[in-house]
Amino acid sequence: MQEIKRVAIKATTQFKAVMAQHFLELDEAARTKNKKVAWCSSVGPAELALSLGFLVYYYENHAAILGTNRTAMDYIPIANAHGYSPDICSYLTSDIGAYLKGETPLTKAYGIEKIPRPDVLLYNTNQCREVYDWVNFYAKEFKVPVVGINTPRTQRQVRDDVVQSVTAQLEEMVPQLEEIAGRPFDIDEFREVLATSRECSRLWEEVLGTAKAKPSTITFSDACIHMGPAVVMRGRKEANEYYRILLAELKERVEQGIGAVEGERHRFYWEGMPIWGKLRMMSDTFGRLKACVSVSTYCSSWVFSGFDPKDPFQSMARAYCSIFIGQDDVGKEDYIAEKVEQFSIDGLIFHDAKTCPSNTNCRYGMADRLSERLGIPHLTINGDLNDLRCFSEEQTITNIEAFVEQIEES
Amino acid sequence: MGLYAGIDIGSCTTKAVVVDQEGNMVGSHVCRSGIDYQKAVEEALGTALGGKWDGIPILSTGYGRHSLEFASGTKTEIACHARGAFAYVPRALTLVDIGGQDNKVIKLDDKGHRLDFRMNRKCAAGTGTFIEEIATRIGIPLEQMDGMARKAEKRVKIGSYCTVFAQTEILSLIRAGVSPEEVARGVFESVVDRVMEMIPLADLVMLCGGVVAHNPVVVDIFKARVSGEVIVPPHPQLTGAYGAALIARESFG
Ligand code: SF4
Repeated sequence: MQEIKRVAIKATTQFKAVMAQHFLELDEAARTKNKKVAWCSSVGPAELALSLGFLVYYYENHAAILGTNRTAMDYIPIANAHGYSPDICSYLTSDIGAYLKGETPLTKAYGIEKIPRPDVLLYNTNQCREVYDWVNFYAKEFKVPVVGINTPRTQRQVRDDVVQSVTAQLEEMVPQLEEIAGRPFDIDEFREVLATSRECSRLWEEVLGTAKAKPSTITFSDACIHMGPAVVMRGRKEANEYYRILLAELKERVEQGIGAVEGERHRFYWEGMPIWGKLRMMSDTFGRLKACVSVSTYCSSWVFSGFDPKDPFQSMARAYCSIFIGQDDVGKEDYIAEKVEQFSIDGLIFHDAKTCPSNTNCRYGMADRLSERLGIPHLTINGDLNDLRCFSEEQTITNIEAFVEQIEES
Repeated sequence: MGLYAGIDIGSCTTKAVVVDQEGNMVGSHVCRSGIDYQKAVEEALGTALGGKWDGIPILSTGYGRHSLEFASGTKTEIACHARGAFAYVPRALTLVDIGGQDNKVIKLDDKGHRLDFRMNRKCAAGTGTFIEEIATRIGIPLEQMDGMARKAEKRVKIGSYCTVFAQTEILSLIRAGVSPEEVARGVFESVVDRVMEMIPLADLVMLCGGVVAHNPVVVDIFKARVSGEVIVPPHPQLTGAYGAALIARESFG
């Protein structure tokens, strides 16, 4: 099959440096105890922990690395054998499996011997309940407290009483975190972290927005990698510095008409989780067909425009309650429809991820409803985020090729 | 000479069809794919053409479509089945292809354009492999399954997707006194159930694929279940290869 040429993202060097800084700082803290370490779910109350001087480690990010380098396939069966079903979140099973085996990809990547030991485990059920079960496993292992937020999901509108409840839960965390941190909470520091994090959101959203250009500046696969700092370094100025560099590069692409996919003919929307171990294969398949996955819900999930340093607790509560994954299908469909329009999309791709029901949105008729509403076809790919036992490469390629043929023939 | 060939390299069988300048089918052959595609392709094409294929435009499709170096082009089996079906009946229709290891449902409008398609290859459920596995397990030769199923007096339901679960289910049916004929019928009913779960079937439905070609009972079951008209093309197993040959003629003629 034909070799796919790609335009390399120059900022990758700086990207690697920010990610390395994140992990090396954590490692140092875990070894020297110079700082406390909080483990946090990806859309958990990270800003609050940062303001109290914690370094924040994201267990889902670790799991995504296991997916990307496919070692997840060695670890999932270990967790399965320990009573964690193959039908539940394969982030959780890969991560717990790796822990049980005593291995981490951070060793090879950064020379880090062990994952940084937590002083506290944080979660928010705004995305799914799995994160709660996940931290509870580690709570027993490391004998550290679990502190978190229970957010209701499937909301049509984020109700004020829900925001009040989450605000109260956030406020309640403060004394517990102060005790673990060994220092008092300072509202001004919190405001500052929130402002920095909001700026990260703004920059990341602008980065993603450059793909509205024709041809699109970046693909979904690129965005999945480069969103790293928005996930793990949000609230830190280094992330913002990185996104300024990336943004400048992508703006230059827009000006010069450089696309991520040579000769772009089709623009797709990706709904659902990435298939981490197959990012390259997917981008090659799309690239060969001159199709660009220009926008996704997933990569936009780390945009929290609602943060307001003037009203830090309540605005943070509202922002974390308003994430896409917590909405009902009506809200989700409006969101996708708007993006389809903004990014001039001509096909929807849904990933039915076997082990992540919370972030799989095609199981209740959405794909058909959106195709009808928007007048564009859809394709459902059966796969998984990390468990490649649930994925057929050959079937997926045939489906994508047939989808492109269908669009070209109509 | 004006000949065009289509080759459909499936995971179970390889099918070749040759058409003339007018699109008439002038040769065809079906053989098992085995593990050596190249050999299967040579046999299928060589027999369909009755000789060498130098200079003849060939379009390849199916699971192994990208592994054929001498093909003039490739298309997915979805595109080729759609083309083949529409050549038989140029009307809006839903095509159901039940193959050895997958099945597909393709919706076409009255111009032959594809509106939607679904493929099922998550497991053996609803495919020829399911029938084959169960037949082996219950000790009925595959070629006798159709004849036996026709003799069934009542309908029994086999609910499991999974071939292993289905086998245990069948064993308990047999213990409960269900006849082998009814079990055979139940196996085909199950295949139809899986297809009906993929997309709503209505109006004009065309059935094709190896399972349909070798087991006409499947057609009867669909006829009993679908409200619209159910038809079968002249060579159900060759629909994809025929479509590929027609596309070769349109693209390289
Ligand atoms: S959202 Fe899905 S992938 Fe993420 S932690 Fe929850 S179940 Fe796992």
